[in-house]
Amino acid sequence: MNTIEQLRRVLDKSQTIAVVGLSAEWHRPSFFAAKYMQEHGYRIVPVNPRYAKTSSEILGEHCYAELTEIPFAVDMVDVFRRTEDVLSIASQAVQIGAKCFWQQISVINLEADTMVRAAGMDSVMDRCVKIEHARLFGGLNLVGVNTGIVSAKRLRTRS
Amino acid sequence: MADRQFQPETLAIHSGQVPDSATGARALPIYQTTSFVFDSADHAASLFNLQTFGNVYSRLSNPTVAALEERVAALEGGRAGLASASGMASEAMALMTILQQGDHVVAAGALYGGSVTMLAISLKRFGITTTFVDATKPEDFAAAMRPNTRAVFAESLGNPSLTVLDIAAVAEVAHSHGVPLIVDNTVPSPFLCNPLAHGADIVVHSATKYLGGHGTTLGGVLVESGRFPWDNGKFPGMTEPSAGYHGVKFFETFGDFGFTMRARMEVLRVYGSALSPFSAWQILQGVESLHVRMERHCTNARKVAQFLNDHPRVAWVNYPGMPEHPQYDLVHKQMRSVDGAPGASGLLAFGVKGGMDAGVRFIEAAQIMSHLANIGDTRTLIIHPASTTHRQLEEKQQLDAGVLPDMVRMSVGIEHIDDILWDIDQALSA
Repeated sequence: MNTIEQLRRVLDKSQTIAVVGLSAEWHRPSFFAAKYMQEHGYRIVPVNPRYAKTSSEILGEHCYAELTEIPFAVDMVDVFRRTEDVLSIASQAVQIGAKCFWQQISVINLEADTMVRAAGMDSVMDRCVKIEHARLFGGLNLVGVNTGIVSAKRLRTRS
Repeated sequence: MADRQFQPETLAIHSGQVPDSATGARALPIYQTTSFVFDSADHAASLFNLQTFGNVYSRLSNPTVAALEERVAALEGGRAGLASASGMASEAMALMTILQQGDHVVAAGALYGGSVTMLAISLKRFGITTTFVDATKPEDFAAAMRPNTRAVFAESLGNPSLTVLDIAAVAEVAHSHGVPLIVDNTVPSPFLCNPLAHGADIVVHSATKYLGGHGTTLGGVLVESGRFPWDNGKFPGMTEPSAGYHGVKFFETFGDFGFTMRARMEVLRVYGSALSPFSAWQILQGVESLHVRMERHCTNARKVAQFLNDHPRVAWVNYPGMPEHPQYDLVHKQMRSVDGAPGASGLLAFGVKGGMDAGVRFIEAAQIMSHLANIGDTRTLIIHPASTTHRQLEEKQQLDAGVLPDMVRMSVGIEHIDDILWDIDQALSA
């Protein structure tokens, strides 16, 4: 189970997020999430072989076909792919030295989870990076969602 | 450190509100504003496209109202909540988010009169039909299901019939037909009963009643569990691109709070039954003491029920917290224990010997018990439903709703129990 403490630390420390399976269509959930994170100060690195060949950019950032093609360090790998396709992506995430492997809502690959933990990485499953950011740093509370935040301290913004 | 699972008493005080980020204000500020500024044209576009969370206009969302929404969602153990101007508005929003022309509803017959009117008359004008069944018989719900049934609606504790819904059994009926169970949980309040924990999918509340508790303010809240599979093929509005939102698919985009987002953006925004921030603030003042009040309502009502049961001028008593109630075991199973017995709220009904006239005499002779059409106040309230709240209904509909001609409904308050019993006794002797 991912705790509030762990998710806060992951979202605090991460700066560069490679989004595997990012769609260029504006109404797709992956685009929603990546645009949100970009607007909140993260660098988004699109990873999608479909777009890497045709159009080279999504959200103003160069799109790569594979994680291993990214020529700079990535903090988090955020996966919008079917559960059965996740293991090879996890293996690449370990290879490039990412610090967190994040599987989106309904993506739950337990082998990938075990693999990235063994490599000393943070592992998050079945959660949306945008929703968790909005839950912990503000936004989700504005639309009536039960955030689970009970505290006598002001909501902390990301440091 | 594992996340703490806080108790309802703590959630009633804290959920949905941390100290204000701008000012540090400990109590909840009232954001009395219609509108909110955009940071840039791009920010505005993101908000309108639902790509970011934020406030635009208080008909859609407001930070003070949101605190109430989250708090009731937390108390119900749900994923998300949405407030509106009254309990009826919340019920309408829950139904209108799910239903379209040609759909069918299976509903308990023993419902609040306003709910019967909404289903039997108002929604019928829009081509939505309802079959009413005996709230105490899950098999009757099953028998009434049709291929075009899209929702099952019932009250956890019927007002004023005081019938008890077997939530788990009726949820199973609804789910075996791929439709959600909506439960009006107004009478128990989320402190005494959590229908979502027993399998319901959506809960609606009149926050005007126990949640507020003070009888000053109208409001309503709906809560979704986050567990219903809206992509089972029966709810295209949840899965198909939204014409009103440039093709957003609500279930795909918002997942386990997709129903609430769609209710907010496609029903509340369009039909406009928004809750005022000031009203939300007033209701929240009440919610902070919900648990303390509900315990006293339960213990007082238990004593009143016993007193009435022993009184020579009383023909019958109906209180789900009495061992004599035919569904006492179910009450025991579904409702929180208060002082070693099931907490059955403050609502009870009884018949005064002498029928309709004697009932009216009792009501008019009361000194501190208020004759009015509300429940869930700190004050003890009494009414004669057949001549007031249910008078628009035919006699058969009245009987279906559990309203007998000699019946007095009492919402036992939290005054001193000896004073309540004194007033009942002197009014019965009048």
